[in-house]
Amino acid sequence: MKLNTLTIEQARDGLQKKEFTSAELTKACLTRIEETEPKINALVTQTAEFALAQAKKADEQLAAGVDLPFLGIPIVIKDNFSTKGIRTTASSKVLDNYIPPFNATVVQRLYDAGAVMLGKANLDAWAHGSSTETSDYGSTQNPWNTDFLPGGSSGGSTASVSADQAIAAIGSETAGSIRQPAAWCGVVGLKPTYGRVSRYGVIAMGSSLDSPGPITKTVKDSAIILSVLAGKDPKDATSSPKKTDDYISACKEKVQGLKIGISDDYFNGVEKDVTKLVQEALKEFEKLGAVVKNIKLFDPKYAIAVYTIIQRAEVSSNLARYDGIRYGYQREKFREEAKRRIMLGTYTLSAGYYDQYYNKALRVRTLIIKNFAEAFKEVDVIIGPTSPSTALPLGASKGHPMFGEMADVLAEPSSIAGLCGISIPCGFAKNGLPVGLQITGPQFAESLVLNAAYAYEQTTNWHEQKPNL
Amino acid sequence: MKIDVSHIAKLSNLQLSDEEKKKFEKQLEETLDYIKKLEEIDTENIPPTNQVNGLENVLREDIPSPSLPQDEVLKNAKTTHNGFFKVPAILEK
Repeated sequence: MKLNTLTIEQARDGLQKKEFTSAELTKACLTRIEETEPKINALVTQTAEFALAQAKKADEQLAAGVDLPFLGIPIVIKDNFSTKGIRTTASSKVLDNYIPPFNATVVQRLYDAGAVMLGKANLDAWAHGSSTETSDYGSTQNPWNTDFLPGGSSGGSTASVSADQAIAAIGSETAGSIRQPAAWCGVVGLKPTYGRVSRYGVIAMGSSLDSPGPITKTVKDSAIILSVLAGKDPKDATSSPKKTDDYISACKEKVQGLKIGISDDYFNGVEKDVTKLVQEALKEFEKLGAVVKNIKLFDPKYAIAVYTIIQRAEVSSNLARYDGIRYGYQREKFREEAKRRIMLGTYTLSAGYYDQYYNKALRVRTLIIKNFAEAFKEVDVIIGPTSPSTALPLGASKGHPMFGEMADVLAEPSSIAGLCGISIPCGFAKNGLPVGLQITGPQFAESLVLNAAYAYEQTTNWHEQKPNL
Repeated sequence: MKIDVSHIAKLSNLQLSDEEKKKFEKQLEETLDYIKKLEEIDTENIPPTNQVNGLENVLREDIPSPSLPQDEVLKNAKTTHNGFFKVPAILEK
């Protein structure tokens, strides 16, 4: 068995039992990266030497009997997370030469837990997108079919995990950027509740929305990473002081009595294959003892408008700092998508328009939050397709002024409300591309969501299938 | 609905070519048309939500602690002067 194809759970087990070393595990991943990068371009920066040095240290600690949750396990990290001494670009030429003097909290927690970092994963520049095609370092290709997109903005992270370049990856989601590429690449992507994981050191996109989270091969692996990342960070004033749970124990096979809500609006405009597979999955949930109930949710089409305004307004503010003075290049290096979003954001915040657009969007946001609160009085979780389609072909995002926001319609409502959600594989469409379903829960209900996801996952073997790369 | 693209570009501190201005004007108007859908929704007496997890005034004790070393902070700057960042002139004599 090739070591790079292991899950976190299997790798931890093998390392503890001394069946192999972290150096061997890391080298297997580096070999796979070398083989596959020309085909999928998942990484902006490779850090082989750094990784091998970390692996060496991990092996010394393993030999000494040290027990850390991630000791010696190789991962890739989305390139919008600041990594001290290692180039961080957010996939934009504006930061082509930027070397952060500090680690993002997520990165520091992973290092402290013993992680080995293989490289920085590709993304849509500044995380503005749902395809990874707007990266200034070339698009990433989907490992299931390299003529297709991996989704985005965390497309490099999901492609890397899908191709078994890394044992797991870290991504971030503002609305859909973890869940959608996870669905398109056939892997597990968890968007934690806003504030569950620290945003310190993440290159900001939408400050009231950004949520760092794990991208993994299995649901249990997702819980393992969440355990390392979750929790209050004094460096992030928006991080929540709420107690964290035992996410790993939450992965149980029982969902007897779980109330699942489905909303017809969330199946509007969804491809037939995708709908069929999600409905089959719902039948599996019923077999496990869950109860499926129809609920009425706020029409997701309004969420597109709300999200477009709030996100682009926050983007215009967050990208104001890039002026080439303290770091990076000047604003001429912004490409089309960034400029477009900055301009729309500036417009909606400008004098005379603030109330009509930005303030209005914030009020509709309140309605969306109330709507979910009402729904969660009737049901425990909400299930639906993650994305209206399977992966789209390369080039699909070009020239479309709202591609990202339109593609993420099914993720936007829960993101606007700051809820948690997970995308898990639920089968393959006739075109051979993976399909994902998403399970959404109330704020801080990650345990419930992980439980439901794990129970379903264990009745299938979707997670054991690998692309033919 | 006409957007003054030159004005927005100035507010955004972005320099656009004439070609870009034309292209963005059309695309921005398309986007604005779409987001106007929100006017269909009644938000009378509904307060805006800025912060979704209800946190307010998150403070810490006023105790200074080590920050980044000055030389590290200056490392990424294109030009520095006597341990300072150098900025373009903003005040005229």
